[in-house]
Amino acid sequence: MDWLTASTWSPYAAGAGIGVLSWLTLLVSGHPIGCSTSFARTAGMIEKLFRGRKVEEKLFYREIPPVVDWQWMLVAGMVLGAALSAWLSGDLRLQWIPPKWEAAFGDDRLTRIAVAVAGGILLGFGSRWAGGCTSGHGISGTMQLALSSWVSACCFFIGGIATAVLSFG
Amino acid sequence: MERNSQLVQGLLFGIAFGFLLQKGGVTRYDVIIGQLLLEDFTVVKIMLSAVLTGMIGVHVMKRLGWVRLNPKPGSWSQNVIGGLIFGAGFALLGYCPGTIAGAIGNGFLDALAGGLTGILIVSGLFAALYPRLRDGLLRAGYYGDVTLPGLLRVGDWTVIVPLGALLALTLFLLERAGL
Repeated sequence: MDWLTASTWSPYAAGAGIGVLSWLTLLVSGHPIGCSTSFARTAGMIEKLFRGRKVEEKLFYREIPPVVDWQWMLVAGMVLGAALSAWLSGDLRLQWIPPKWEAAFGDDRLTRIAVAVAGGILLGFGSRWAGGCTSGHGISGTMQLALSSWVSACCFFIGGIATAVLSFG
Repeated sequence: MERNSQLVQGLLFGIAFGFLLQKGGVTRYDVIIGQLLLEDFTVVKIMLSAVLTGMIGVHVMKRLGWVRLNPKPGSWSQNVIGGLIFGAGFALLGYCPGTIAGAIGNGFLDALAGGLTGILIVSGLFAALYPRLRDGLLRAGYYGDVTLPGLLRVGDWTVIVPLGALLALTLFLLERAGL
């Protein structure tokens, strides 16, 4: 069972595995793999804690109700699955600063967290604006040959490469 | 509320997905940034092999009548502007909405304390802005749920076969180039 405790797999094995998983989610549950909508639902659940049920009347939450659904459980499962995989290979650890960040920008935690918050804001805004993320558009949508997904996936990488090159350059 | 069996299926599929992402290495900031700096092609290799495998399988199942596909609707303004903003966030954060869940499971605290906070704050903000956006800017250049075969007015496999060959060739050339 060395493959279970290996630190990384070939990207082709991981990728083909995700491809097969996407057959199964569609066949068994009738849902394509996706992630970003669950964060919008979670934001609605948090808002509901403070403002009560009238949050559900907002146009956005009438379309995307702030409840736990199949995809929300998928995202929760992803936290567990990644933890299990990391634990099996001895890579489960608490880490504030990624090594590549530290080499380029230093070891100040506050700086890293501030940039991560800013990145999260752009990422969250962009995924709601585009109607999906690297999973929903980038993998599930492109394999279904949706024009919206191919356009989005190309723009994810154009924006990402430009920003990375400018910030690390 | 969906039925409990659906929720359990979601959880189990999620465990498998998170496991594959972590084993693929993409729960790590360094791997994502390495891709965006065009130094490490792990992300592209995983995505293209997932799309290649998935595309063939889901279209075979569609042909057999086992599944119904559900391509997302979109518009130029939605997918281009949203995609570019997403990309900028992807590079600053070093995780995407899927891999951030894996990164949190892996123990990466910048994902939990930074990235997740940002995504949740802005999702609430987007919900507040949504009524003004939905029929305005988000609709500009609307093309709906059209697929590439629909756009080209050809059968699915007329696109799948050459596109699959192109994806496989790209992977082959990446390996040949030693990337």
